[in-house]
Amino acid sequence: MEHHQPPIQKRGLTAIDGAMSLIVILLMVQMWLLTTALEALLAGHRETALPAALISAAIFGACLVLFLFVDKIDKEVRRR
Amino acid sequence: MMFQRRPSSDPLWKDEFSVQAADERYVNRRQFSKFLVLTSFGLLVGNLWILIRSLRHRAPVYPAVPIARLGEIPIGGVKQFRYPDAGDTCLMIRTAPDHYVAYSQKCTHLSCAVIYSQVNNRLECPCHDGYFSVNDGRVLQGPPPRPLPKVMLEQRGDELVAVGIDLNAEG
Ligand code: FES
Repeated sequence: MEHHQPPIQKRGLTAIDGAMSLIVILLMVQMWLLTTALEALLAGHRETALPAALISAAIFGACLVLFLFVDKIDKEVRRR
Repeated sequence: MMFQRRPSSDPLWKDEFSVQAADERYVNRRQFSKFLVLTSFGLLVGNLWILIRSLRHRAPVYPAVPIARLGEIPIGGVKQFRYPDAGDTCLMIRTAPDHYVAYSQKCTHLSCAVIYSQVNNRLECPCHDGYFSVNDGRVLQGPPPRPLPKVMLEQRGDELVAVGIDLNAEG
């Protein structure tokens, strides 16, 4: 039950939910990027591929950092 | 590493299948986050594949293939032909006494075969009502995201010869 959770547990869950929402938003941007780059490639515009790949790599890095954050919170709260 | 189990005194089953309801919420979220990050990695691989494809791209060499004799089709008439390969159907249209255009017949939306409408003077895709200009192949209406690839024609003697394909037929 939610009301039996200690405050630290609750705060940890809120932080994790926030991080997960951010990952989901970043994933949607990355999906859009992939479809746009593919569309441009099929239309013969090859100049968009490099910036798309770089931004995609940056987004993956951000997702990884957010996952590390989730992992850290998980470790901290559950080890208490 | 974060994709491996972190060092813990608990056995693996205790760590991943916690008997505490509160802990289980954490496990679920952590595992779902891991799945999301792996999805992000998959999307990155897709983008890298596109990058490699575009870096390794070589300009294709198209054969010169005679399509029709001058005057073979009437004004407003259409001739279907295959270019550059046997599986690539194209349409040549005589729009004026001395003007011919040719396009790939494959719609740029979902690859249905487009047809020429003489009444509306445009190429029409019957699948989702995508219309293309007969002058330059650009999209007039509907879901197709790109113009129709244009087949480059050359007049050699009294023959019309297909010599290449222009993907950016627009403009
Ligand atoms: S396949 Fe041509 S409009 Fe959809």
